[in-house]
Amino acid sequence: MKKISRREFIKTSFATAGTVVASSGMAKAANAVPRREEPLATLIDISKCIGCEECVFACQESNATKFPKPKKPFPKMVPTSRVPVEDWSEKQDVTDRLTPYNWLYIQHAQVNVDGEEIELTIPRRCMHCENPPCVKLCPWGAAKQEDNGLSRIDSDLCLGGSKCKTVCPWDIPQRQTGTGLYLDLLPSMAGNGVMYKCDRCYDKLENGEKPACIEACPEDVQIIGPRDEILKQAHKIAKEIGGYIYGEHENGGTNTIYVSPVPFDLLNKKIETGVGKPHLFKVKDLMADGTNIAKAMIIAPIAGVLAALGKIHMQSKEKK
Amino acid sequence: MKKTLRIRNLIYFFTLFFIALSGFAQMPIFKRYYIADIPGLGWLAQFYVTHYIHYISAVIFIGFATYVMVDFFFVKIKYDKFSFVAYTKIASIIGLIVTGTLMMIKNLSGTPFSAGFIIFLDISHLGLCMILISLTAVDLIKGQIKLFSNEITK
Ligand code: SF4
Ligand code: SF4
Ligand code: SF4
Repeated sequence: MKKISRREFIKTSFATAGTVVASSGMAKAANAVPRREEPLATLIDISKCIGCEECVFACQESNATKFPKPKKPFPKMVPTSRVPVEDWSEKQDVTDRLTPYNWLYIQHAQVNVDGEEIELTIPRRCMHCENPPCVKLCPWGAAKQEDNGLSRIDSDLCLGGSKCKTVCPWDIPQRQTGTGLYLDLLPSMAGNGVMYKCDRCYDKLENGEKPACIEACPEDVQIIGPRDEILKQAHKIAKEIGGYIYGEHENGGTNTIYVSPVPFDLLNKKIETGVGKPHLFKVKDLMADGTNIAKAMIIAPIAGVLAALGKIHMQSKEKK
Repeated sequence: MKKTLRIRNLIYFFTLFFIALSGFAQMPIFKRYYIADIPGLGWLAQFYVTHYIHYISAVIFIGFATYVMVDFFFVKIKYDKFSFVAYTKIASIIGLIVTGTLMMIKNLSGTPFSAGFIIFLDISHLGLCMILISLTAVDLIKGQIKLFSNEITK
């Protein structure tokens, strides 16, 4: 049985019963942990990274208990041609791409900075979008976003349908077959495992600790803090080095802000991209069109009421 | 009157058809089961497209439902003998609109609801949809609703 956090409890009761808790003791208790309530972002200063992979190993070590423990043999899934078995359990030491056992990896780019040919190394993982499609479009609520801006996939609820990966602009979540809830439902008919990705060490943050990758980095490449402060800092660094920013506006804004000494479209050409290896393209806000339709929704009931009143008015006129 | 009822029924069924189809497409099933491979149905596997279609048909459906509700309050013609099934259908439609609207709010930027409440919304929305579809299917089979004729039998 999982413990429901106090904040979660307050929000559930608020939403269901519509209780006004603002002035109650519960609301005051929730405010006692203010840091968790505001969106936190990370700043990744690419020019500082030396590509030592300390962060990668720290992430693997720190999150090892969350990694999948698939049961074999895997259930036969239909149709086999459309439901590929994705098994990383024998390849847990792969660190050159994202996998269910590797939520962070280092990309390499040979670039020219001030006439000098250098190699830049870029830590890559989930961007923790401000309005994350992986969370919002998950049909079961298995992916969740927390008030502090992180998004994570609940491995007890995920069915491994991979929709989150399809709708993610960077194809971040990675699937492991043979684990999770689908095994207890209709394993051959629906689902195919569990999706895994960086959860920004949500459990560490809950305890007031820093994510493992940030803690382990010998070069202090990453910092974490309130998003507006992180953005200020990012712009300050970018100004100092004549650099560029990625993640501020991508997909409508993310909670991962990169600063680079070279433009990101150049970096994007130099890094290896593909399956499990995210790009650095500009990304438009993928949830924006849905948001606009949702806002237009307000006219629907008004139009319905007006149409009905119009009809009734006409009918009463006819009767007279 | 009969003509209005027939038009009403047609709007109701077509909106309900698209809303249900695009709703089921929110689950990753149409590609898996080759339905999106049928020419003309490729859009069923495009999650953003089905997301918009679901929203747009919801706008039409809510507009239509409010029209019917207001009309119902003012013109009480032969509506008084609703069966239990009819009341269940009305309740599930209201439930679908309420849960659906809350889900649209959830999809705006921010975290207005708890994770547990979102799961409740997801599951109840699907459950209410299954109830409505089953009852409508039974009515269609029993011939109590005639889609393309002028009559509505009681
Ligand atoms: S630990 Fe720091 S310096 Fe080393 S690869 Fe990771 S981010 Fe770069
Ligand atoms: S980057 Fe992808 S996986 Fe991460 S929050 Fe955004 S949509 Fe979700
Ligand atoms: S924040 Fe945590 S889970 Fe995410 S990459 Fe860093 S160590 Fe891994």
